[in-house]
Amino acid sequence: MVEHRPWNDIIAYAILTLGVFIVAFPVYVAVIASTHDAATVVGGRMPLSPGGHALENYYRAVFLGGSRTAPEPVGRLLLNSFITAMGIAVGKICISILSAYAVVYFRFPFRKTAFWIIFVTLMLPVEVRIYPTYKVVADLRMLDTYAGLILPLIASATGTLLFRQFFMTVPDELLEASRIDGAGPFRFFWDTLLPLSVTTISALFVIQFIYGWNQYLWPLLITTQDSMQTIVIGIRKMLVTTDELAEWQLAMATAVLAMLPPVAVVVFMQRLFVRGLVETEK
Amino acid sequence: MANVVLRDVRKTYAGGFEAIKGIDFEVGDGQFCVLVGPSGCGKSTLLRMVAGLETITSGDIDIGGRIVNQIEPADRDIAMVFQNYALYPHMTVYNNMAYGLRNRRMPEAEIDTRVQEAARILELGTMLDRKPKQLSGGQRQRVAMGRAIVRQPKVFLFDEPLSNLDAKLRIAMRVEIRKLQRRLQTTSIYVTHDQLEAMTLADILVVMNGGRVEQIGNPLDIYQKPATTFVASFIGAPPMNLMPLRSDEIRAQFASDSRAASEAGILGIRPEDFVISSETIAGGIALDLTVEAIERVGAETFIYGTRQNEIQGVAANPGELPPGEVIVRIPGAVAPAIGERIKAVAPRENLHLFSADGRKRIDL
Amino acid sequence: MEKSAVFNGSRLLPYALLAPQLIITFVFFYWPASQAVLQSFKREDAFGLVSEFVGLENYQALFAQPEYYKAMLTTLVFSTLVAGLSLSIALLFASQADKNLKAAPVYKTFMIWPYAVAPAVAGVLWFFIFHPSLGTLARPLRGLGLDWNPLLDGNHAMALVVMSAVWKQIAYNFLFFLAGLQSIPKSVIEAGAIDGAGPMRRFWTIIFPLLSPTTFFLLVVNVVYVFFDTFGIIDAVTGGGPAGATTTMVYKVYADGRLGGDLGGSAAQSVVLMVIVIALTAVQFKYVERRVQY
Repeated sequence: MVEHRPWNDIIAYAILTLGVFIVAFPVYVAVIASTHDAATVVGGRMPLSPGGHALENYYRAVFLGGSRTAPEPVGRLLLNSFITAMGIAVGKICISILSAYAVVYFRFPFRKTAFWIIFVTLMLPVEVRIYPTYKVVADLRMLDTYAGLILPLIASATGTLLFRQFFMTVPDELLEASRIDGAGPFRFFWDTLLPLSVTTISALFVIQFIYGWNQYLWPLLITTQDSMQTIVIGIRKMLVTTDELAEWQLAMATAVLAMLPPVAVVVFMQRLFVRGLVETEK
Repeated sequence: MANVVLRDVRKTYAGGFEAIKGIDFEVGDGQFCVLVGPSGCGKSTLLRMVAGLETITSGDIDIGGRIVNQIEPADRDIAMVFQNYALYPHMTVYNNMAYGLRNRRMPEAEIDTRVQEAARILELGTMLDRKPKQLSGGQRQRVAMGRAIVRQPKVFLFDEPLSNLDAKLRIAMRVEIRKLQRRLQTTSIYVTHDQLEAMTLADILVVMNGGRVEQIGNPLDIYQKPATTFVASFIGAPPMNLMPLRSDEIRAQFASDSRAASEAGILGIRPEDFVISSETIAGGIALDLTVEAIERVGAETFIYGTRQNEIQGVAANPGELPPGEVIVRIPGAVAPAIGERIKAVAPRENLHLFSADGRKRIDL
Repeated sequence: MEKSAVFNGSRLLPYALLAPQLIITFVFFYWPASQAVLQSFKREDAFGLVSEFVGLENYQALFAQPEYYKAMLTTLVFSTLVAGLSLSIALLFASQADKNLKAAPVYKTFMIWPYAVAPAVAGVLWFFIFHPSLGTLARPLRGLGLDWNPLLDGNHAMALVVMSAVWKQIAYNFLFFLAGLQSIPKSVIEAGAIDGAGPMRRFWTIIFPLLSPTTFFLLVVNVVYVFFDTFGIIDAVTGGGPAGATTTMVYKVYADGRLGGDLGGSAAQSVVLMVIVIALTAVQFKYVERRVQY
């Protein structure tokens, strides 16, 4: 700001600190709840300082299973979430970088048509076509499989658009120099375009990993076996029982575990995250 | 080593736009040919057609006795230096130069010899492990040159290679390119819009305009005998003064025979061919000018004047030649004052006559 | 925008490169979407064995349902509250963080991480805090004389899902507002100061108008977010209840199809939603187009 008034900065710090407090509060309460025993949490008079049952709660959640209604150990659910998120992120990057390469660097009949076919999928989020998609996956016998969790979520236009946008910024002369240097389509892609795309790929990976990890409706529909559930579904299942029976301290421990990987990705790869977020929305 | 021959080369884009309208010329073995012209004249397109980066609509391009129309750029045995250098940003200087050789499956030992040799010639020896981002503009330019040299191609193609450099570096690199080409004796085609670069580098100069060749020749010949008014004003800075000749009497004054007299429509005089003098020169011309502006650049001075009236010594109707601006270039820094009336004279041998449409030179 | 330098020789290669994405797109997008449209004109018997063509009956039935209008209203209220609150709060925080504070990057990090929290998990966290019997903040609310119970009171339930949704969306809006603010040239603000505008006046007369492309973009994105991504929050916190008070249009598609088994009606709702999304996307494109022209 232009003026140099100390109180101006103090107000700004106060507002921001309040903001950070609001943002952090629910998570703080969850962490605290995961360190108390069931009686303390359900009693409704849980203190806002850590209790002594952290190890016990996390051990039970990860290795033994959350509760009567969600008997699968969270360790397994974490693995499922990890495989799903990785599958979605890697799968999306692979198919969209290839299709963008085709659309940008080749001229062929129906090129525009192909682009529009991909582009229109922007307008069809999975939520508006859940049951027919469920039926397709069921007919393909992919219920309760990783393929069923992953494939319907990897085809979307965002990745293709992002790579197309990036490829358009790569100078034409690099392709021409490569051609003069004797590189064909495969070699140009592998030796030049792919190394140049590393940042874009990483940014997309971060965004898609979070997207995949946080999926809810789709895994809820197509997983019937407890052993195929993702961790986000697992938490929900822990709480479907009547409230008094729900083991909140375990649900909160699970919630903390469910938040940890994607939050770590955002905090430690903040630059890539911001870049990915801003660029996929252009 | 090879010559390059273009025979009635044409390029028409899908939309019907004719970029290249039939071009013929030959660059002899080891010669340095410069294509010069304003932006959009087709010079870069033509170069890219020689490289194989643009298709040819009709005509033939012949490199070293082989028609290359349908041959891929990689198989034409050419190397190209791009305006923006087109260095692979993720590769080191060494790998940038080695990449084309590796794609041709050359043994590593041979690649190393060639890269080291190129690095020595271009004084890049200490930079081989750097990435392009860590280099200055001039150094990047030399890597681009190096990438061309290691290939030992039949032809070098340069697409405005110096236009991204600052003025001082541009002159230094210009000299280096010329020295290098003399030493390697590799046939070269060089595209530029800078007439000074064109004049200083070329063995053969090709002046292009609107997809056509305006004039081909030795640079000095072109300067001394421009074939069209376009060439006259494009080659030489500041440009040649061009004045319309209207009445028959004026034409008759300058043309040595009646045919030329009837065809001549434009008179041209280079700014450096004037002398400020009170004396008129027999057979020459004298212009009465009012000084409007003066530019002193040290060794020489440019005078911008407007013509007051008719060319002297000619019995003409006043006002027939519309008053226009004339640039006069004189050595030294002594110049008339603004508003002063001066007489600029030029001898007959320094006058150029062109047809009224400017497309034809009429020799005196 | 087109590249002029391309590969010409390969005939089949581009199709091979496109194949994986196109196949997946057809199998999991176009086929199900067309099935949704088709199904919306059909009725299945209870066992899913016979289906008959019923024309617009499903749509007529849908628009005859008072619950559907209620879901529309709920969606409208929910979208307005979430978009309005999350945008205002994020703008407040972003404008403070834009004040060249030394600690601004730290605050930024602390502000953006809720983006990574799954909507369902965000819902569970807030539900826990405001749980009527064991919630940390439920008792203070009762202390204020409010008979707080989101499990029974529809307005309380709505307040809770709105809070969860706003909490999660602030991060996203904050990031874009901050980027938007930082792209406003300092000289323009300085010129405003020289012209005698104080900080508040500068904000409303210079900064806010210059920020309007970002705001508009965020508005559209937020509405789409509220429509679709909040499904997890609603399902985790209220399950659409109590008595349908938090059943949005998307939630109703799910609930009618899954719980009620009314696939035709659910499909008709899907089609209505598709139309809404396409309209929203069209608005977004118009905006993108305009921004390109600037």
